[in-house]
Amino acid sequence: MRPFLYERADQPEAAVIAARIQGQQQAPPTAAAAQFIAGGTTILDLMKLDVMQPQTLVNVGKLPGTIEMSDQGLRLGASVKMAEAAENEIVKRDFPVIAQALQLAASQQIRNMASLGGNVLQRTRCPYFRDVSYSACNKRNPGSGCSALDGHNRNLAILGTSDKCIASYPGDFAQALIALDAQVETLGPNGGRSLAFADLHKEPGDTPNIETQLQPGELISAFVVPTGAWTRRSLYLKIRDRESYEFALASAAIALDMDGQTVRGSRIALGGVATRPWRAREAEETINGQTLNDETARGAAEAAFRGAKVYSHNAFKVELGRRTLARALLDAGRMEI
Amino acid sequence: MSAAAPEPKANMGQPVPRYDAREKVTGVARYASDQQVSQPAFAFLVTSAIARGDITSIDERGAREVPGVLDIFTHRNTDDLTQTKYGQQGGGASTSIQGLGPEIRHDGQIVAMVVADTFENAREAAYRLKIGYSEATPSASFESAGTEMKDANGIMSVATQAKEWLSTGDVEDALSKAAVTVDAEYSTPTQHHNPIELFTTTCSWQGDKLTIYEPSQFVFGLKNAVAERIDVAPDNIHVVSPYVGGAFGSKAQMTPRTGLVAYAARKVGRPVKLVATRDQGYTISTYRAETRHHVRLGSDRDGRLVAYSHEGFEITSRPDSYSVKGTEETAHLYSFGAVATKVNVVHADRNTPGFMRSPPVVPYVYALESALDELAVKLRMDPVELRRKNDGMKDSFGKEWSSRSLMTCYDQAAEAFGWSKRNPEPGSMRDGEWLVGWGCATAVYPTHNAASAARVSLRSTGEALVQIAVHDIGTGAYTVIGQLVASELGVPVEKVRVELGDTLLPAGPVAGGSVTTAAAGSAVLKACAQIRTRLIGGASSGDGAPLAGVPDGQIRLREGRAVAQDGRSEELAKLFERLGQNQIEEYAEFVPAGASSNAMERLYQGKPTFVGGSNGEKLMYSLGAEFVEVRVNQRTREVRCPRAIGAFAAGRILNTRTTHSQLMGGMIWGIASALHEKTELDEKRARYVNDNIAEYLIPVNADIRDIDIILVPEIDNEVNPVGVKGLGELANVGTAAAVANAVYHATGIRIRDLPVRIEALLA
Repeated sequence: MRPFLYERADQPEAAVIAARIQGQQQAPPTAAAAQFIAGGTTILDLMKLDVMQPQTLVNVGKLPGTIEMSDQGLRLGASVKMAEAAENEIVKRDFPVIAQALQLAASQQIRNMASLGGNVLQRTRCPYFRDVSYSACNKRNPGSGCSALDGHNRNLAILGTSDKCIASYPGDFAQALIALDAQVETLGPNGGRSLAFADLHKEPGDTPNIETQLQPGELISAFVVPTGAWTRRSLYLKIRDRESYEFALASAAIALDMDGQTVRGSRIALGGVATRPWRAREAEETINGQTLNDETARGAAEAAFRGAKVYSHNAFKVELGRRTLARALLDAGRMEI
Repeated sequence: MSAAAPEPKANMGQPVPRYDAREKVTGVARYASDQQVSQPAFAFLVTSAIARGDITSIDERGAREVPGVLDIFTHRNTDDLTQTKYGQQGGGASTSIQGLGPEIRHDGQIVAMVVADTFENAREAAYRLKIGYSEATPSASFESAGTEMKDANGIMSVATQAKEWLSTGDVEDALSKAAVTVDAEYSTPTQHHNPIELFTTTCSWQGDKLTIYEPSQFVFGLKNAVAERIDVAPDNIHVVSPYVGGAFGSKAQMTPRTGLVAYAARKVGRPVKLVATRDQGYTISTYRAETRHHVRLGSDRDGRLVAYSHEGFEITSRPDSYSVKGTEETAHLYSFGAVATKVNVVHADRNTPGFMRSPPVVPYVYALESALDELAVKLRMDPVELRRKNDGMKDSFGKEWSSRSLMTCYDQAAEAFGWSKRNPEPGSMRDGEWLVGWGCATAVYPTHNAASAARVSLRSTGEALVQIAVHDIGTGAYTVIGQLVASELGVPVEKVRVELGDTLLPAGPVAGGSVTTAAAGSAVLKACAQIRTRLIGGASSGDGAPLAGVPDGQIRLREGRAVAQDGRSEELAKLFERLGQNQIEEYAEFVPAGASSNAMERLYQGKPTFVGGSNGEKLMYSLGAEFVEVRVNQRTREVRCPRAIGAFAAGRILNTRTTHSQLMGGMIWGIASALHEKTELDEKRARYVNDNIAEYLIPVNADIRDIDIILVPEIDNEVNPVGVKGLGELANVGTAAAVANAVYHATGIRIRDLPVRIEALLA
């Protein structure tokens, strides 16, 4: 195996220092010499596949992390396990979209291991990224090309793509966070900061190897989700090829503020179809102020996919994505809260 | 008794728990890679990153720098490995593509093997090995330019000796005159076996003797093939494979890795252990090739079939013509009237496909049973009644069935399913936002038999030992063979020890063609009869013996005693004592009718012989009927399968527990083949894309809800001495058609290309 240094941090500050010492080079965090590891459900796979070759792993899985309600809303520590958050009574009752997005992801075994911070940073399942025998992958090997463009791309993105990369963002939890206007708190070499979750991930553009706004050695410490009239009327609908343990072909995270049958405000995010966590603002603008019914739901769904660009095997995701969103909107409207 | 261990009905044996259950669940069972060898070195494969072209350079420098590297094997230093013959009929090599280059003939071809002191070092060195290629444009599959299509006629397959395609009557004439016709094309995708136990090989030399630990479905085949590959006498090779963690056909033949590991172990002078990775398993072994079908059916207004035409197309590698030729089986299934069949192979730049659970019938029965459903819709006829209309004890060629309980299966399964409540109108049955569909199809598998030897011994203590080099690939062979010996020798099953999967034992057939119980069982019956003859002869002839003078034919072995019809008896211990022996051991060979006279000699040479199915005087098949309910979301169109019921008749059932398990597992796999399983191919690069079990979908628990298995009693004493019809490959046949037919019933959309996927239902 490729040798690497393994360090375990007891405090976030120590983790950041350990990562900084080991990672001086100018590289996006995913290529940094030092990598954080929590549950290890992504990075160990990628190391075994030789996709990532960190020289240092800093274990942040033992850092303290809690689930609390505060004045700002729900605060989820980054080292909280997916399972713990998915099964938390407050989350289930007041933020069902978060609980469902977590519960419908991965398997129970993985949810028991994987941390929330690691979850939002999970990397694409694009087969050409995960298999180093394909030389062309701009995300893995900048400038080498994209095998997916003329390869098998059924599971890949139709929104937010570029001619350099169409890898889809695979996560579910991130869709709930972006829909609910969550903030991310981080700790980095230059101290702590807070940024909108919507600003965390980047579209591939010309640099698909740069996936987030994080700096090397910057550690996510918590997510803060504001409470609002919409958080209880929220849900996550995930459509996939099998009923469990599978990534979304299309998914929708929905939170609605209703006034009778009228949508006072909506928050909509889409999974399985985009290169990053995807807030569907056009859909929100279309449905806000409207009576929620089949027609308006489909109108919002049309708007959401107006900018879609399809490839040889994934054109169906436009129609599937629309239907998923429409169904999710109608289901959310019918929720009893 | 429970759902998993059903109450035996007529001609069925007890649901004895698995012989190897405790060993397996407690981890005591040693699979091949668990075997302890002294000071092993570890091997890691490097496989090609292109599907067609040549290796132009190999840079070993980085790899050699990794500490602990013992040697690196490439085409440059392995050319004295013998090219062995491709085992078209089973046995032998799984492919003609055995060399490590420089010519690359498929994606993932083994191009190098690194051997090091640890697995980790071997892997790192393998990652650092730099292979340069000159790449040519490959042909991936049916749609690709540059493939070559040939009539598959004359290509022998394992169970089919036919030289001409089956046909009778004038199909074109019958179709032109038929009142109702169906003319449709179907396709099935590439699928891989994905046994949980990976492809592993451990080779250990002691002087000029080689021991191979490898999960195998045919230890005598492996032994002889490796002997040829590395040029040693077969007698110097010992293959050990007592437990196999799933195989489904993928471990039936020698793959290129085994000879390479044996060769490396000899070269580095210590045992070498290889565990190929999951993705390497997709290309270093075989798979179920994609198929296409053109099916035409004609019937009269009442649904009586007058014509069946079926042309199949199958992908294979460039050099090898693997073909399953399922029309040889489907052509007998109903009374069709006129029949015309033909199969073509299409050569592409792919690894050679091979046996995968129910090879001929899975794709071809899917096509036929789908077409029958289409015909039933056109006739406005219940699909069960359409099958009943064309059921008969003779096929279109005038051949009779040895036994056929198809409609009994249909009736029992339909009753349990509640089929009579079905509204035939597509889209008519709903549950909230879910469209409900019910479909059915026939399951069928040819009843084969093969040569087998067996050795059985019985001791004065009542303990018995049975030894045969057959293979329990999870099927229950240990258990049912033990049960047979117990019942034949009249001793408790707990007192029977069973040894399988080792070339030091009497030869048994490949675990293929669902033949193990029939073949090994027949040899066991023979050996047990020989023991009985000796014992009973002693019991009836001894001076002052309790059974002296009783005719031998009236003495049975029962509950550890020799028992006469009048109730007199003698304990085994006393009987042995009087015979002056502690144990009696008998070796027997069984060669089925229709097999060549040298079938046993050929078996010891690793060459399988199959008889039965449609090749004998009578048609011998196990049969079943499967009913499936699907639910399709009316908006987002995902398909779910909440329940399935199958009824099956397969002659004598030796153990209702292992049978239930086999059939249930088969139906689950059938549902998977309808809704989940597909190896995705990068058409441009001719490479497998989803070569792991995260991305290659097999059902998880949430996908499989209620599966009910009904065992239909059937007696058939013509098939073989044991009276069993193989059923390991029965229940995954037809399921895909039942699911697709149910999807049609739910949605009105006919899916003719498997798997049924959401994109086809969004229209």
